[in-house]
Amino acid sequence: MTNSWTDIGNADVVWIMGGNAAEAHPCGFKWVTEAKHNRGAKLMVVDPRFTRSAAVADHYAPIRPGTDIAFLSGVVNYLLSNDKIHKEYVRHYTNAAYLVKEEYGFSDGLFSGYNEEKRNYDRSSWEYQMGADGYAVRDMTLEDPRCVFQLMKKHFTPYTPEMVSRISGTPQDKFLKVCEWVASTANGERAMTIMYALGWTQHSHGAQNIRTAAMIQLLCGNIGVPGGGVNALRGHSNVQGITDVGTLTAAIPGYLALPIDSEPTLESHLAKRTFKPLQANQTSYWQNYRKFYVSFLKSYFGAKATPENQFGYDWLPKLDVAYDCLRMFETMYQGKTNGLICQGFNPLMAIAHKNKSVAGLSKLKFLVSIDPIETDTARFWENHGEFNDVDPAKIQTEVFMLPVTTFAEEDGSLTNSSRCIMWKERAADPYFESKTDSQILADLFVRIRKLYEKDGGKGVEPLLAIDWSYKDPLEPTPDELLKELNGKALVDLKDAEGKVVRAAGQQLASFGEMRDDGSTDGSMWIYTGVYGPGGNLSQRRDNSDPSGLGVYGNWGFSWPANRRVQYNRASADPEGKPWSERKKYMFWNGQRWSGPDVPDYVPTIPPERATGPFIMNPEGVSRLWVRGMMTDGPFPVHYEPFESPVANPLFPKIKGNPAARVFKGDMEVFGDAKDFPIVATTYRLVEHFHYWTKGVHMNAVMQPEFFVEISEQLAKEKGIKHGGWVKVWSHRGSVKGKAVVTKRIKPVKVDGKTVHYIGCPLNFGFIGEAKKASPINSLTPPVGDANAQTPEYKAFLVDIEPISGPVA
Amino acid sequence: MFPPIPNPTAQSATPKFGEKDLIRRSASTVTPPQQRQTEVAKLIDVSKCIGCKACQTACLEWNELSEAVGVNVGVYDNPHDLTPNTWTLMRYTEYENPRSGNLEWLIRKDGCMHCEDPGCLKACPAPGAIVQYSNGIVDFVHENCIGCGYCVKGCPFNIPRISQVDHKAYKCTLCSDRVAVGQGPACQKACPTQAIVFGSKDDMKQWADKRIADLKSRGFDKAGLYDPPGVGGTHVMYVLHHADEPHLYAGLPDTPRISPVVEAWKGVGKYAGMAVIALTAAAGVVHHILQGANRVSETDEENADRLAGGKS
Amino acid sequence: MNIEVSRRHFMKLAGAGAAGSAVAAFGFGAAEAQVAAHVKPFRLVGTKEARTICPYCAVSCGMMVFAAPNKDNNGKLEVTHIEGDSDHPVNRGTLCPKGAAAIDYIRSKTRVQYPMYRKPGTNQFERVSWDFAMDRIAKLVKEDRDANWIEKNKDGVTVNRCTTMAFLAGSSLTNEGGWLTYKVARGLGLLQIENQARI
Repeated sequence: MTNSWTDIGNADVVWIMGGNAAEAHPCGFKWVTEAKHNRGAKLMVVDPRFTRSAAVADHYAPIRPGTDIAFLSGVVNYLLSNDKIHKEYVRHYTNAAYLVKEEYGFSDGLFSGYNEEKRNYDRSSWEYQMGADGYAVRDMTLEDPRCVFQLMKKHFTPYTPEMVSRISGTPQDKFLKVCEWVASTANGERAMTIMYALGWTQHSHGAQNIRTAAMIQLLCGNIGVPGGGVNALRGHSNVQGITDVGTLTAAIPGYLALPIDSEPTLESHLAKRTFKPLQANQTSYWQNYRKFYVSFLKSYFGAKATPENQFGYDWLPKLDVAYDCLRMFETMYQGKTNGLICQGFNPLMAIAHKNKSVAGLSKLKFLVSIDPIETDTARFWENHGEFNDVDPAKIQTEVFMLPVTTFAEEDGSLTNSSRCIMWKERAADPYFESKTDSQILADLFVRIRKLYEKDGGKGVEPLLAIDWSYKDPLEPTPDELLKELNGKALVDLKDAEGKVVRAAGQQLASFGEMRDDGSTDGSMWIYTGVYGPGGNLSQRRDNSDPSGLGVYGNWGFSWPANRRVQYNRASADPEGKPWSERKKYMFWNGQRWSGPDVPDYVPTIPPERATGPFIMNPEGVSRLWVRGMMTDGPFPVHYEPFESPVANPLFPKIKGNPAARVFKGDMEVFGDAKDFPIVATTYRLVEHFHYWTKGVHMNAVMQPEFFVEISEQLAKEKGIKHGGWVKVWSHRGSVKGKAVVTKRIKPVKVDGKTVHYIGCPLNFGFIGEAKKASPINSLTPPVGDANAQTPEYKAFLVDIEPISGPVA
Repeated sequence: MFPPIPNPTAQSATPKFGEKDLIRRSASTVTPPQQRQTEVAKLIDVSKCIGCKACQTACLEWNELSEAVGVNVGVYDNPHDLTPNTWTLMRYTEYENPRSGNLEWLIRKDGCMHCEDPGCLKACPAPGAIVQYSNGIVDFVHENCIGCGYCVKGCPFNIPRISQVDHKAYKCTLCSDRVAVGQGPACQKACPTQAIVFGSKDDMKQWADKRIADLKSRGFDKAGLYDPPGVGGTHVMYVLHHADEPHLYAGLPDTPRISPVVEAWKGVGKYAGMAVIALTAAAGVVHHILQGANRVSETDEENADRLAGGKS
Repeated sequence: MNIEVSRRHFMKLAGAGAAGSAVAAFGFGAAEAQVAAHVKPFRLVGTKEARTICPYCAVSCGMMVFAAPNKDNNGKLEVTHIEGDSDHPVNRGTLCPKGAAAIDYIRSKTRVQYPMYRKPGTNQFERVSWDFAMDRIAKLVKEDRDANWIEKNKDGVTVNRCTTMAFLAGSSLTNEGGWLTYKVARGLGLLQIENQARI
């Protein structure tokens, strides 16, 4: 989230699309109801289904699954063609004025540089025109035909209300009402927040969905202001923190990068990432990358990391290819993976194309499940009739289930979706023989290292280089680990005058103190300050809100630097004055930037220096057009899902997202509309959390059984009875469930044709207390977003028929 | 935001009300307290409800109730009705509003309304099985319950349910144990959007006024408070967007009132009952109850059920 | 339910009324009044409270957990009740249907109680000791790592990696547990490391 949960209470318009906050985040959704109650805010929901969020909305608009970009681009077009934008914000805080290279272009649905065979782009033409002074060229009048603003106007022209309706099936009046409410915030007086979740990410064009939303917010001037933002409502309680600490294939904690094969030396890695400013006086904060990287290495390898050995850079594994979870299961399916450790993860339920997952898991030599409750994955080898029809005798995988403590039996910190790091206390003794994750992993690591010390083996040096100097190597404490993440001074740190500013051994107060010479450590720069010289700030529980704007600055610690609203310099105009009294937040008080939050800016830089508010970007401004940073284009384009009921009405020749990766053999598992005429979408129910709570009694009571949501029209066409059984099948598998025939889903008219869609909740499987069901990912296609590889679960093709109940 | 009630503590505290605060007691008389306690109320704002069922699980959890895992029958309502363990239940109605042309998903939390004039209590023949405190809470005292089911018949909202296990009647207590230590009911505490708030009945009415004003500003010109006079008002009230049509919300009674039979029984029962007793088939039941104290046999169940107009 | 009483129904109720009334008039009620009206004692009294965070979605609600020693289980502290933390600025004491039912997660029927092991080709899990499980896993990891370790790629660049094992990290783990997971998984040279962030 760019903003915070409580900041949603400052919104004048709340737009929920690509998510269902009332069901997936009920207690965060409270701040929507607060905005409505206290400020008269309007809530609009755009969703294929009339959800429980829609039930309390002021306006609901239906949309065909997978067509969000067409809808959002229609909003962009509306704002631009009706001149409903926050002009000064756009001129000064976005790259609207930047001129783009002449070689860049877009025609027939493709950008310049496309390679059809490789399904990717040569992105070299996706760049700014550079001036002789080494800076990018701008036209502040926004009139040059090559400026981003003019290119954007042209790019979005096709997305008229008629076209949006033709693609998305949304009635024009319902679409236009959304446009009008969005436009009502494009003025600095009112703010709109956008709340989204997996409804936007789980598409082959997921990242571009979110980019389009961000563009709308930038055109309206809604980024960096209270009640604004593009707010990703994340899934698990600590998915933010777990991602922060880098448990992703290509990551190092704090959004640094794992080296790749073409970066043989530390210097070659760093040189590519310390971006030079593209305008005079810009901050370009990633220039500090090397300080963060070296501090990480010092923390990771401890005393063994020295300037002479590039701080241990060679010991880090180098990435040959990114193993996102789809590739992980593809690799497993190819028989190239021997061991899998699942820690609080149930991939059989979570990964696309369940039959492929089972085949992959069956090729493993060993599988370890570290989970408080039994998962479907841990029992993938077990025959559960039609729900998991396997022959255990043929599966040679050794499987372990290790009992681990639940949330209530351990202490430590979590980071919520608002980036706020908060501490929890252990409330009970470990149940049964369970141990904490840290105990289990420490035990495993110590055992493995002992084996290597005793017997030798391959890759001994990097393994033994890892710093493991915990008081008790078998039980590193949360306190020790959070301190390690924060970092400390390794020698007396001095300022330019030679004064000691941080004594050796002291915890660092901020990442601004990190150095690139090995004199500081810290595993994750973005958390620096959480456990500084003042102690563990994640334990702070002062819930006062002096500004009344929902800024709880002394509750926990919000990374980075305890900032609650990101890009908050943009809440003031270029002169440093609030855009309006009504939206006053951070402003220049004559000496420094002040207000209720921590400025997202160097606090003493005066407005006249014209340093942009987006300090992480070398431009100093936000990007309406993203240069070469996205694999599938600097602007979003409406591409149909890979499985679509219609040809792309704008670019009929293009199937799916032309830059999305499709594994060899997987093109064949896609079905087409001839055989599978019905669109399906998957989602969570409020009564359940993913795949856990089917094993939690009370939640199994609340929603006991898998069902399929079907419109009255489709039910009539197919002879499906309310509460009767149906079978749903795709080109990859089938599921059976009860039919919930509802007015909350209605067929849509797409390109002149009636399109039916159905809804499939994802919470049911064959292990737990709820009724057994086939995992919904029996149906889903194994293709991911072109940028993030998030699987396309939200729009795919199936067929459906009524059946008598299952035999099992 | 309605100010949250501070967290409970593990310290012992003297209950804020108890036997001395009874204003009614089934099939017996009480001496009402001189001073009535502040009347409490739970306000359920249907327009803020997201149908998440947090109230349902919080109710099960706090009251240590175990409900069986059921099946899906084509709706979101689970279980499908109130049960001896499910004291509160979300009921979902899909309503196409003919005036606006919009679909509305009306979601109502069903459960005991804690009537000021409680039909269950008045119908109850078992002394002290149903009591009403001066703060408005109507509570069942299971030790005294004979499982006859009259409370079900007497309730204008069809709330109490008889357990097939211990043959006693069950319903929401308004978490009297929590209210007694200054807490709100478990459902109220959990409710993510504060669609449920709890406090004095006066405060709840004032809060409801604000909510109704907000709804009217959004085009629901018939928004209003449901505090039905037919039962003397209730200690569980609803804010409805369509207060002119309560029945839209899964059959919430438009004008609930206690059955005239129960009223008659209440008025003359104690004396007239004596007179008619020999003339009715009830004599045997009474005799058995007297002999068997309050241990209820299956025959009792059958007899009571027959008397109460049940299926046998 | 609107009670519209039919004549027949009326008669039945009249009979019932007579029965109940007689009970009271016979004085039976007074005898039973001993155990009459009462309010249940507040069940958190004497428990131990702790503040924790809900394990489910990323609102990460503050929770109050109440626990008490279980005499039947060596006095182990076990959870007796969970409710929202009213002091928490985001959830203000509220919880969703998952959070409000979280006690049933802790005491789930499918909770893994002991280290369990399934031999290749068999049809069941068997209970094993922690030592057995950890020794066996350590051995399997080492065997695979040794067999498939890549120190240099074909261009001679030091790459120090193992691509034949994968680690899926859970996103409800603490930050500290996550950091330790990172150290262990990367420390083994693994590249196949993911969490739930992209699914």
